[in-house]
Amino acid sequence: METAPKTNVNIIGLTRDVYKGSPSTLCAGCGHNSITNHLIKALYEYGVPPHLLAKMSGIGCSSKTPAYFVEQAHGFNGVHGRMPSAATGAKLANRDLMVLGISGDGDTASIGLGQYAHLVRRNLDCTYIVEDNGVYGLTKGQFSATADRGSVLKKGQVNEFETIDVCGLAIELGATFVARSFSGDGKQLVPLLQAAFSHRGTAVLDVISPCVTFNDHTGSTKSYAYVKDHEVLLHTTDYISPKEEVVVDYEPGTAQDIELEDGSHVVLRKLDGSYDATDRLGAIRTIHEAREKGELMTGLLYVNTDATDLCERERLPLTPLAQLGESALRIGREDWSKLMSSFG
Amino acid sequence: MTNDFTIRAATVNGSGSQSSNLVLTHAILRLGVPVVPKNVFPSNIEGLPTWFDVRLSPKGYRCRSREVDILVALNASTWQTDVPDVKPGGAIVHDAAYQVAGAAQRDDVFYYPVPFTDLAKEHFAQGSPRKYLINMIYVGVLAHLLGIDAQVVEAALYDQFRNKPAAVESNMVAVRVGIDYAREHLPKRDHYRVEPMTGLTDGLFLMDGNRAAALGALMGGCTVVSWYPITPSTSLCEAFIQYADRYRVDPQTKERKAAVIQAEDELAAIGMVLGAGWAGARAMTSTSGPGLSLMAEYAGLGYYAELPGVIFDVQRAGPSTGLPTRTLQGDVAFAYTISHGDTKHIVLLPGTIEEAYELGMQAFDLAERFQTPVFVLSDLDLGMNLWLTAPLAYPERPFDRGKVLTAEDLEKLESWGRYRDDDHDGIPYRTVPGTPHENAGYFTRGSGHDEYARYSESSEVYQRNLDRLARKHETARASVPKPLIEEAGHPAAILAYGTTHHAVVEARDILREAGVQTDYLRVRALPLAKEIAAFVERHERVYVVEQNRDGQLQGILRSELPGALADRLISIRHYNGVPIDAPAIVDPLLAAERPAAAPALH
Repeated sequence: METAPKTNVNIIGLTRDVYKGSPSTLCAGCGHNSITNHLIKALYEYGVPPHLLAKMSGIGCSSKTPAYFVEQAHGFNGVHGRMPSAATGAKLANRDLMVLGISGDGDTASIGLGQYAHLVRRNLDCTYIVEDNGVYGLTKGQFSATADRGSVLKKGQVNEFETIDVCGLAIELGATFVARSFSGDGKQLVPLLQAAFSHRGTAVLDVISPCVTFNDHTGSTKSYAYVKDHEVLLHTTDYISPKEEVVVDYEPGTAQDIELEDGSHVVLRKLDGSYDATDRLGAIRTIHEAREKGELMTGLLYVNTDATDLCERERLPLTPLAQLGESALRIGREDWSKLMSSFG
Repeated sequence: MTNDFTIRAATVNGSGSQSSNLVLTHAILRLGVPVVPKNVFPSNIEGLPTWFDVRLSPKGYRCRSREVDILVALNASTWQTDVPDVKPGGAIVHDAAYQVAGAAQRDDVFYYPVPFTDLAKEHFAQGSPRKYLINMIYVGVLAHLLGIDAQVVEAALYDQFRNKPAAVESNMVAVRVGIDYAREHLPKRDHYRVEPMTGLTDGLFLMDGNRAAALGALMGGCTVVSWYPITPSTSLCEAFIQYADRYRVDPQTKERKAAVIQAEDELAAIGMVLGAGWAGARAMTSTSGPGLSLMAEYAGLGYYAELPGVIFDVQRAGPSTGLPTRTLQGDVAFAYTISHGDTKHIVLLPGTIEEAYELGMQAFDLAERFQTPVFVLSDLDLGMNLWLTAPLAYPERPFDRGKVLTAEDLEKLESWGRYRDDDHDGIPYRTVPGTPHENAGYFTRGSGHDEYARYSESSEVYQRNLDRLARKHETARASVPKPLIEEAGHPAAILAYGTTHHAVVEARDILREAGVQTDYLRVRALPLAKEIAAFVERHERVYVVEQNRDGQLQGILRSELPGALADRLISIRHYNGVPIDAPAIVDPLLAAERPAAAPALH
């Protein structure tokens, strides 16, 4: 007897509920909660096996969120600003893991800038999300290093320092996948996340995620209202999994179809008619121009599908290092004797 | 004096003197005489003074000797201060250009002036090798004065330059220049000689502790190494890389069963180690004091979230940058409790090359058994100096991966809790990411957590967890390497650890000759094994000898031993940056044991 195909399950037969986690303890209306929901959707639709997902984070509001999705997966809450190193170690130990790093603007651009930079340089195969609200929440509202110059805190202090643009910096450091998005725009964020999962290498997503408690007022450049008024979409984004057929329904020259490493596609329907997401210098120029104009430019800023990730560069075997035993790792008895006599 | 004296070569860093010193060492060893090479070098690439001692010890002592019998003076800048260190009756081979005047003028030593520069100009073409070959001339001069056959030196040159046969030839020319000059111009006046010996060095060879520790890591199954270069630990990871290239690379596919990452700093180095340990790999880093300080925060996470990892700390003289190329046992107290809050770590204290290898290997078992960072504290003396050692033993035991639940295990269990103390030994069960079971996952965090790894700020849960961690530490007390004890019922005893051991061995012989008998215990790990308290209890006076200013192990003993026992401890400390010698123990110990007796022997 044939069993009827299950409904409401993804390609690996799991329901959406499997991708949920504990209830959020963040403020109601926090952008991070929206990102969590988009992540649940993206992971579910993508069909990520929970046991292969490694949820990595540091410290801060953003870093709490890995507890709020895919309960079954292993999670790692490291120390402040040092998630990239733990993520690197985990991936080296088991290259089968899908490493998903969740960080914040303080965790990435202030205390963790060094580790962030070196993660990107090494092109560790992972998805790295910066839940970016420009402010410290748990310590009640100090500027972080992604706050724009001239933006104003709730109590009136003005940020006089230059912002650190984690996307611009990433491209400078040789990043191979860089996107910016907005927590309120699931239509854009979900396909970007899925493309990031498919990309082999470090995929950086800077997601502007307003802090409703400390940074959602007039004068903030990371508020819902500011984003609404200043967001400029580079393109619309579609993700097409390797199993789906790419159906071309756009006029030639109006979309960029990029094949990712696993055979999936990301299709960018151009809105300004010219943006090329594989042009590194163009991406840097676009980021700078947008900042000068005070625009929040979102979309897939840059992608390079032709780079070597860290595990490949280290020539690691396909069997995860964590699974190798004595016979694979110890010098053989005969070689050992030879080695010892070579010292004599 | 035959086969029982110390040669000191005072040279300029970066002049190639290290090769000459090692050739001399190997030549003496080839004659069957036990050697103790000690390098005292500057934190510098080129130009600063450096000293290399070769002690010849027919009794097989492996510590440095305080006395210098023969000085090779090839550094004008230290000439005036090096000469006074030579013992009366000693010999001084020096550049003929140096003036025998001032402090360098003595009437109780023998001078052998050699025109090194002129000889080099005469025999070698202009160019950089000339500078290096000058040092090799001194080897020839000494060989002649001490009666070492030229063929033995040549064989030692092959030992030194085994991959560069051409270098053997040019260096041998320099050696012969030295021999010929000494034969023609330097009639023997001192009484030092090297004679062949038998039965003392059979099967032994020279190795440094960093290499031994790297082999321990390799045989201990380490697959992830993350490190930041720092003296004196650098050569540990470099040796690991060398062996990984040789033994972990598939010749066909070029796949490499080891990932070695040069990290951006030690914050990242330990982060990668703990991330890899969390994900099931055996991982290590090596560092020294400043790096260890940077690792403090993640070390606390490792303790509290219970993550395996091995940290080799090759101790150097702190605080701060301190003396980067000098030795100390200055990190013991820090490593034991490194990080904020109540933390207590497993610390291994190797004292020999064999232990650098064996404890280096065992550290990986302990880290996984106890799911915690394990610190292996060697020091610059053990790590970077060459020591005579027997071949290292092939491991007979499989890895101990500790309490890891597989998908099959989980299938049989109704429930499990990552931090639940099912076995009442404080050690919980863990799963590694990638385990294909829906109950495998848990959330690892440095914040408060309950038995099921859930976030918790409950006072009761917090305290229960800390108490369990303390229980785990007690379990470790019984599992870490036991102390080594030599006991014959004497009321006075010596307690030491690490490289201090070698000075204790000689000191006990000297003390015995002086009529003071001692028992001896060598600590090899923290937490302190129960045998240590029992040993102290059996003695009236226990001299705790260590190489730091504050008596760090003594402090740990005082805080952990019952009060009455703590009062039996007498601290002897040596902390000038050069390895401890026997007089540093004999003098204060004799003064304490025989307060009314004659002045100290030294």
